[in-house]
Amino acid sequence: MTNLELEALARRARLLILEGIYTAQSGHPGGSLSCVDALTTLYFDEMRLDPAKPRDPERDRFVLSKGHCAPALYAVLALRGFFPEEDMRLLRSIKAHLSGHPDMTHVPGVDMSTGSLGQGISAAVGMALAAKTQGKDYRTYAICGDGEMDEGQVWEAAMAAAKWKLDNLCLLVDVNGLQIDGSTEKVMPTAPLDEKFAAFRWHVIHAEGHDFAQLRAALSEARATKAQPSVILLRTVKGKGVSFMENDAGWHGKAPNEAQYLAAVAELTGKEAENNG
Amino acid sequence: MAEKKATRAAYGEALAALGEQHPELVVLDADLSGATMTKSFAAKFPERFFDCGIAECNMTGIAAGMAAAGLKPFSNSFAIFSAGRAYEQIRNSIAYPRLNVKVVGSHGGVSVGEDGATHQCIEDFALMRAIPGMTVVCPCDANEMRLAVEALLEYDGPAYLRLGRAPVETVTDAVDGYRFELGKGCTLRDGSDVSLIATGITVQLALQAAALLEAEGIWARVIDMHTIKPLDEALVLKAARETGCIVTTEEHSVIGGLGGAVAEFLSLECPVPVVRHGVEDVFGRSGKAAEVLAYFGFTPEALAEKAKLAIQKKNH
Repeated sequence: MTNLELEALARRARLLILEGIYTAQSGHPGGSLSCVDALTTLYFDEMRLDPAKPRDPERDRFVLSKGHCAPALYAVLALRGFFPEEDMRLLRSIKAHLSGHPDMTHVPGVDMSTGSLGQGISAAVGMALAAKTQGKDYRTYAICGDGEMDEGQVWEAAMAAAKWKLDNLCLLVDVNGLQIDGSTEKVMPTAPLDEKFAAFRWHVIHAEGHDFAQLRAALSEARATKAQPSVILLRTVKGKGVSFMENDAGWHGKAPNEAQYLAAVAELTGKEAENNG
Repeated sequence: MAEKKATRAAYGEALAALGEQHPELVVLDADLSGATMTKSFAAKFPERFFDCGIAECNMTGIAAGMAAAGLKPFSNSFAIFSAGRAYEQIRNSIAYPRLNVKVVGSHGGVSVGEDGATHQCIEDFALMRAIPGMTVVCPCDANEMRLAVEALLEYDGPAYLRLGRAPVETVTDAVDGYRFELGKGCTLRDGSDVSLIATGITVQLALQAAALLEAEGIWARVIDMHTIKPLDEALVLKAARETGCIVTTEEHSVIGGLGGAVAEFLSLECPVPVVRHGVEDVFGRSGKAAEVLAYFGFTPEALAEKAKLAIQKKNH
């Protein structure tokens, strides 16, 4: 898949994210838009999977540790063919399967139920450890938020992953610099994440989180890394792709109204038209 | 004299014995493998034993991930840490996705003794029971523990298993017709005046109390309710109808555990007097295990008094 194809898919995913959150009038657009490029790259370029066999024991695993960004995961799963794109209009609806946070028992393609921050990374460590124990060659990926780094459990998991030299584990941290109450720097400084992970004996990779060439190169470097887990620190923009949502913590967990939704769609589709033209 | 062994010791032996025929069995511990007795499994199957260090929340999450990948993890620490500290990890990462993890809480109750209140978990049944879909098991002796571990290994779903620190007399192997089935209590002694429903270490206590009561002409039924959830409602209902009053006894707070489960059920189905014997909404304390148990009223005499109170309420 080319970078341009990934970019087009990510744009469609952004539209699905916004459609879902707008229809539900509830959800988390900011962080969904900041991690959707990484998710698109994982599901369309990196991971070994077959949407027809969502429970295949040999498949690569993915854990969305920042579970509130479920709309991004659902959008990418829908585009990848795990369920119909129309389902996105039933996001957070009592009538459907797409719950507010990922639910592995109801949503095809979701490998782990998440939503309580700091827990998904531990489950990902467990999956990677299970692969080593069973002699399987599948890889496990997880995405955490940078605000999520506040949780002590993340660092417990980081220690454990290094202890067992889980080179089949790749964590991506969506470093958009914002959490609900404001900037991560102000709420709880987590920097320097690179030095912290390096001190925990992880292989640290930096990448622009909205640059597909860099995302692919980083994932490839992680795959080539042996005897230690890899973390990719993604420089991202919260709300990326919708100018009035970008870099604004106010859009962490707020749905757009009709005018805002239409403006966001116009901006995203306008770019699409521009590229196609 | 019957065998006297701590349920944690029987647990450790059972794990090590079952490891061979169950290659998917993996054991996690949080730096307490000597105390939780998982060390025998660790010695025998080092490639399937994972010491997660003093990090129970992460251990719980790792167990969830391993279960999601098809393994059968038993995740171990003291009850206060495995069920207490990692409560929300159990709820959200194990029970909500209905993953096949067995959470094990060793050193449950006040018979922990010297370590005192911080390490004496008297809320684990309440915590675990409140989680939807969670099975909660507390075997009373070595024989029952072995059978419980086998049953839990076969059972596909989230469960909590409490182990005790103190050696206890094995009583279930001498009972005619005794068989272990998850969710089914076992009547160890028949009686018509009052039913003593016990779990864990208080099963032996209830048998002793029943003997004291018999000397006074009171016939107490003794039910071993090793599975607190799902509760054997049929057996509880039968006991309530046939004996007209109930005493629950557990090494746990009187709030939310076995007593709570029985009272909640009977309040609708057959509202007979239910006296709840346990720790009376206070923290534990240091002391020799026997002293601490006596301090909190875990004696045959004190339990017999509760039985008389229940009968008095019934006849009132």
